[in-house]
Amino acid sequence: MDFISILSIFVLACFVGYYVVWSVTPALHTPLMSVTNAISSVIVVGALIAAAAAGSPSSKWLGLVAVALASVNIFGGFAVTQRMLSMYRKRDR
Amino acid sequence: MHTDLIVVVPTWVLLAYLVAGVCFILALRGLSSPDTSRRGNLTGMAGMAIAIATTLSVHEVASLLEIVGAMLVGGGIGLVTARKIQMTAMPQLVAAFHSLVGMAAVLVGASAYLNPIAFDIAVRITPIASPSIISIFPASRVEMGLGVAIGAITFSGSVIAFLKLNGNMSGKPILLPGRHVINFGTLAAILGLIAYFTQDQSPWVFFTAMGLSFAVGFLLIIPIGGADMPVVISMLNSYSGWAAAAMGFTLHNTAMVITGALVGSSGAILSYIMCRAMNRSFLSVISGGFGGEAVAGGTAAAIDRPYKRGSAEDAAFLMKQAEQVIIVPGYGMAVAQAQHAVREMADLLKKEGVKVKYAIHPVAGRMPGHMNVLLAEANVPYDEVFELEDINSEFAQTDVAYVIGANDVTNPAAKSDKSSPIYGMPVLDVEKARTCLFVKRSMGGVGYAGIDNELFYRDNTMMLLGDAKKMTEEIVKALG
Repeated sequence: MDFISILSIFVLACFVGYYVVWSVTPALHTPLMSVTNAISSVIVVGALIAAAAAGSPSSKWLGLVAVALASVNIFGGFAVTQRMLSMYRKRDR
Repeated sequence: MHTDLIVVVPTWVLLAYLVAGVCFILALRGLSSPDTSRRGNLTGMAGMAIAIATTLSVHEVASLLEIVGAMLVGGGIGLVTARKIQMTAMPQLVAAFHSLVGMAAVLVGASAYLNPIAFDIAVRITPIASPSIISIFPASRVEMGLGVAIGAITFSGSVIAFLKLNGNMSGKPILLPGRHVINFGTLAAILGLIAYFTQDQSPWVFFTAMGLSFAVGFLLIIPIGGADMPVVISMLNSYSGWAAAAMGFTLHNTAMVITGALVGSSGAILSYIMCRAMNRSFLSVISGGFGGEAVAGGTAAAIDRPYKRGSAEDAAFLMKQAEQVIIVPGYGMAVAQAQHAVREMADLLKKEGVKVKYAIHPVAGRMPGHMNVLLAEANVPYDEVFELEDINSEFAQTDVAYVIGANDVTNPAAKSDKSSPIYGMPVLDVEKARTCLFVKRSMGGVGYAGIDNELFYRDNTMMLLGDAKKMTEEIVKALG
C-alpha cells in the first residue's frame, strides 16, 4: 500500500475515533483506558514479524521479547476490562 | 546492479487487517453503554485474534515454538495480574500497561531496524564486485524513528507515572532548574536526529534518538504532581496510540494504523475532559509544578477557625431523617477502600425509605472514571451514579450531602474567590444541601491544590473527623 492510502486511512480513523470516544459514557472511562491499552497491543503484529523471520538473531530475540510484552497487555488488558465491565449492573427492581 | 522485488501482499491479508481494525472500532463503540460494553470487548478480542492469526499465517514462521512460548509467558502474567489486581490499583495497572505498549513499540522499531528486509522496508543493493548494502527506504526511516521515539517516551513516562501512582515515588512534583529548556532542547535533538537518519542510517543515529527519547519521557513526567495524574495517564494513553500508529505506517498495516488513531484520539479526548474539569490548560498541566508547596495566601492562618464537629450517630440520625442523600466520593474513598462500607450505608438508608444518589466529579480519583469502577465493584447500580452536570442542580433540594474523600472538587471558592488557584473549576454544589457531612481524616490537611476549603466552616457543614472507612462503618452500625 502506498503512503497516501495509509495516510487516508489514518486521518479517517482519527475522525472515527473522535466521534466514537465522545459517545463513550463517562462512567466507563476507566474500562475505555484499559481496552484501548489492550487494542494498542496490536503492535504485536510487528513483533511477530520480527520474531518469525530468519536472518537476524538479534532482531528475532527483540521480537520475541516484544511478543511477550504485548501478550501481557493483550491478555491482561482484555481480561481486566471484562472483569470491570461485568461489575456494572442496573438496580434490581 | 540488482535490487530485490518488493513482496506483494495478498488481498485477503489486507482485508483481514481491515476487519481487525473495524472490530476495534466496534469495541470502543460498545462502551457507549454498560449493556453493550461486554459484547464490544469480545469483539475487540476477536479483532486481536484475527490480526495475530493473519500475521502468523502470511509470514514464514521460522520459530513457532519460541513465539508460542513468549505468548504463553506474557499472556499468563497478564491474566493473573488482571484477575488479582485490586480495583483501587487500576491507575497503576493502566500506567504499567502503557509502559509495556511503549516498550513493545521500541523493540519492534529496533528489530525492524536490525532486520529491515523481513519487514519489506528496505532494498538490497548489490553493486558489482562489492558486498551488498541494505538500504532502508527514507520514508520508513522517518516512520520508524517517530515510532521508536514516541514508544520510548511512552515507556519512561509511564514508568514514572506508575511509580508515583503506586507510591514508590513521592507524588510531589520534582522541578529541575531550566527544565523547559532541557525538554525542548532534547525534543529538538530527537527530531533533528530523525531527520538526519534519512541521510545516514548508521546505528549511532538510531540509538541516540532512542536514548534521548527515553530520557525526555522521564523528564516530562517527573515535574507533574500526583493530583494531575488523571491528565498524565490519559496523555500517555494517547502517546501509546500514536506509537502504534507510527509503527503501523512503517509496516503498512491497516489494523495498526486504525487502532493507533483510535487510541491516540481517545487519550487526547480524555486529557481534554480532565483538563476542562480542572479548568486548567493542557500546557499548564504538562509544564508541571502544581500541587507541590502550599499556595501562598491564607493557608496557615485558617487552621483555628471554628467548625462544627459531629459523631457517627449524629450523621446516622441526620441521614435517616432525610428524603434524599447524595454521596460524593473522592480519591480518599479509594485510599481507605471505603466503597463497600459506603454501599452498605446506602442500602440501610434505602431500607429506611431514603433516596440515595452518587455524584461523581470528572477528576475525582487518579484516572478518568476511577470512582465509577470502585462503586461498580461495591455493587452500586450504575443508574444511581451521576456525573457532575447531571446532578449539580439537585443539591439544593437535597437534605444531606455525604462527602467522603473528596475535597477540592467541593470547594465553593472555585465559584466565588477570584484569587483562588482553583477559581473557575467546575465544582459540586454540596454547600447547597441542607446539611453537608464532610468525612475527613483531620482538620489540618489540605487538598491537592494546597488550599483551605471554605466549606468546613459553614453553618450547614458538619465535619466527621476520622478514617473514611471506619467512620462509614460506624455510621452503618448506628443505622442498623
